[in-house]
Amino acid sequence: MASFLVSRDDWSLHRKGYIDQQRHQEKVRDAIRDNLADIVSEESIIMSDGNKIIKVPIRSLQEYRFRFDPGQGEHAGQGQGDTQPGQVLGTEPGPGPGKGGAGAGSEPGFDYYEAEITLDELADMIFEDLRLPHLKDKRAEDLENISYYFNDIRRAGLMGNLDRKRTLLANLRRNAMHGQAGIGGISREDMRFKTWIESRQAHTNAVILAMMDTSGSMGNFEKYIARSFFFWMVRFLRSKYERVKVVFIAHHTQAKEVTEEEFFTRGESGGTRCSSAYQLALKIIEERYPPHDYNIYPFHFSDGDNLPSDNDLCVSLVQKLLEVTNMVGYGEISGPFYRGSSLMQSFRRVKDPRFVTVTIKDKTDVYPALQKFFSEKELA
Amino acid sequence: MDELLELERAAEEIGTLAAGFGLESGGIQFELCPADIIYTFGAYGMPTRFAHWSFGKQFYRLKTQYDYNLSRIYELVINSDPCQAFLLEGNSLVQNKLVMAHVLAHSDFFRHNWHFRFTDRKNILEVMALHAARMREYEAAHGRREVEIFLDACLALQEHINPYPWLARTKEEESKSEPPPTGYDDLWVLDRRETKGPAPAASRKNPPRPEKDLLGFVMENGYQLEDWQRDIIAMIREEMRYFWPQIETKIMNEGWATFWHTRILRELDLPEAEAVEYAKLQGQLLQPSFMVLNPYLVGVRIFEDIEKRWDEAPEAGHGREKLFEVREIESDMSFLRNYLTKDLVSELDLYLYKRVGSSWVVTEKKWEKVRDTLVQSLNNGGFPYIEVLDGDYGHRGELYLKHLFEGRPLDVLYVERTLPYVYLLWGRPVHLETVADGKTTLFSYDGKKNSRQVIGEG
Repeated sequence: MASFLVSRDDWSLHRKGYIDQQRHQEKVRDAIRDNLADIVSEESIIMSDGNKIIKVPIRSLQEYRFRFDPGQGEHAGQGQGDTQPGQVLGTEPGPGPGKGGAGAGSEPGFDYYEAEITLDELADMIFEDLRLPHLKDKRAEDLENISYYFNDIRRAGLMGNLDRKRTLLANLRRNAMHGQAGIGGISREDMRFKTWIESRQAHTNAVILAMMDTSGSMGNFEKYIARSFFFWMVRFLRSKYERVKVVFIAHHTQAKEVTEEEFFTRGESGGTRCSSAYQLALKIIEERYPPHDYNIYPFHFSDGDNLPSDNDLCVSLVQKLLEVTNMVGYGEISGPFYRGSSLMQSFRRVKDPRFVTVTIKDKTDVYPALQKFFSEKELA
Repeated sequence: MDELLELERAAEEIGTLAAGFGLESGGIQFELCPADIIYTFGAYGMPTRFAHWSFGKQFYRLKTQYDYNLSRIYELVINSDPCQAFLLEGNSLVQNKLVMAHVLAHSDFFRHNWHFRFTDRKNILEVMALHAARMREYEAAHGRREVEIFLDACLALQEHINPYPWLARTKEEESKSEPPPTGYDDLWVLDRRETKGPAPAASRKNPPRPEKDLLGFVMENGYQLEDWQRDIIAMIREEMRYFWPQIETKIMNEGWATFWHTRILRELDLPEAEAVEYAKLQGQLLQPSFMVLNPYLVGVRIFEDIEKRWDEAPEAGHGREKLFEVREIESDMSFLRNYLTKDLVSELDLYLYKRVGSSWVVTEKKWEKVRDTLVQSLNNGGFPYIEVLDGDYGHRGELYLKHLFEGRPLDVLYVERTLPYVYLLWGRPVHLETVADGKTTLFSYDGKKNSRQVIGEG
């Protein structure tokens, strides 16, 4: 006779699935780390609004094996009745607008493994290798200031710091102990006072002067690159400084301060004079951000298509900027066909190690650019 | 009433009914457990299996689907002796009754289907537990990372074994000189002349004949493999042999179980509310899905059709008898080939579809074409058939594999990512011959990079 047993065990210690899931997560992390160059400029991240879980495509976590090409050949399916040849069962979403780049077309869309990660975790990974170079130590003292925190309650203190709510509560309790409900007869022993502690803290401020060429030659791609760079730059500096401000300066032949939105969306036509942006930057520094209070990071993006007569002026202005800032960056976005521009050539003359130039040809160059800009370097 | 007692009583009742139908389940151990445990076993395939991140990935996927209420595992049964089955905590009584009846029929199937003949059902749980323990030892001795990398490679090739002992050629058989003489030997000579031309067969060729058991071949002949690594290959191979019959009888097994749970539940005197719930469950279970076949639905319809046809046949009334015969000797391939009729194809509205541009379009409704394509797709468990042709290719100790092309091309990206795994096991450059873009192509990996070379037309 067959027997049927029904039992119930305590499974609470059976963690196997979770342990291997953890290991899988670790592998996902590793894969993300290996693919940072691709992920840094991922559209879904740059355009995301802050603290949420984002999905990043990873290509290296598939369990590869010899398999038939799912995109080729015929498969069997089942309809609800009376299906006719030619009927469309479904359509694969086409490649997303930001997915471009090499090889995306030749791979079927379902080859991605999408990992979920919070923006903060991702930022930690990206910033792991980044350092804040050229920090001037003397500033720490200059910027140290004293602040007060009320964080303690005592029975004695200044009458001005009386904590009314706690005092009333203490009174209520005392009355209750004597069997009376309600407030009344507040005496000295009910009184509670707030007390403060002093804290000395260095206030660190940083300003990013984001400058961008908005002349006709800067297309959407160039703006997108600049955007992803500034996105991470702001996030990185926020992790190092208490306050990070960003000033957006757009320029063509003239420079002006604009809002973030205008900065990334507005396009102008006409020629380019980069010196105008540098002049405005110097003016803003002088008026609003005294160098001994602020760590200043000007960074300029352009396609390098500058008026040749303007180049010498740019070089001398960059040198002036270097005197008042922590470091100066120049990123040239050259698109897929690199021409080598005259502005970049002129900048070769600037020998200061705090002047960093990067050339960006496609999305994957954003991460190396960040690394180049924020890498540990000795101050010359 | 105590839940366990209630369930046990239900099990007895269902068991009695099942026995009355002629099912031999041989007893079942039911275990009531929470969702994450069921999903763990679902991901690993076995409660005692070794640890690997890919199971964790699968577990996470299943569990997430459950958490978001997208899908649910109702039944999970382990082919051991006695069978172990898991009931989800929080399932209603009628849900669990359905699962019990279903599982009972699975157990009958495991015990009687011919393809499970060589499964060591008595010991499989312990065997897998021992494997897991040995792997943990290797992890301790050689490092987790090291073992994991090696396991990644083994699992990538795990389907390429000889699933049944009767398919494997033993050493003795190979060394056997000539078969005993018979009166018909002149027939063999006819054959021999044909093969004489191109290659008079290098005497010590390894393997002497194309070898399907890629894992086994690599285990025995791989360069640079250490003992523990050969042991891991052996374990993966053994576990795959256990799972293989289940892969090859998925439609039948689910069809069989559905066929019987339906009949058993009909006999139970369900209260109204339970009957409605049961009907809803049954409806969900038997929903057609338009991109893959629902094995429960296709399987049960075929069994029902068989019973009907053999009941009506000239010597009427043999329906049940035929059913039990089919469950004993067929696998999915032969099951569909023999019993998926024209009427069934149209009744079930089966079709073929393929990718055209970015859409999936129905291309074929002719029943024979549908049946044949379906049957072919089940060949070798649905995996590409790959053989080892040469273990000393070019006299450089390189491994030459050949994919037996049957009209379905391989995923080239996957080939190029899998070859490095073969290389890792073999220790020298590896090659795979297949047909890509209509041309015979040789994919190679030499330890540093992939290359491919067209070596012939189609």
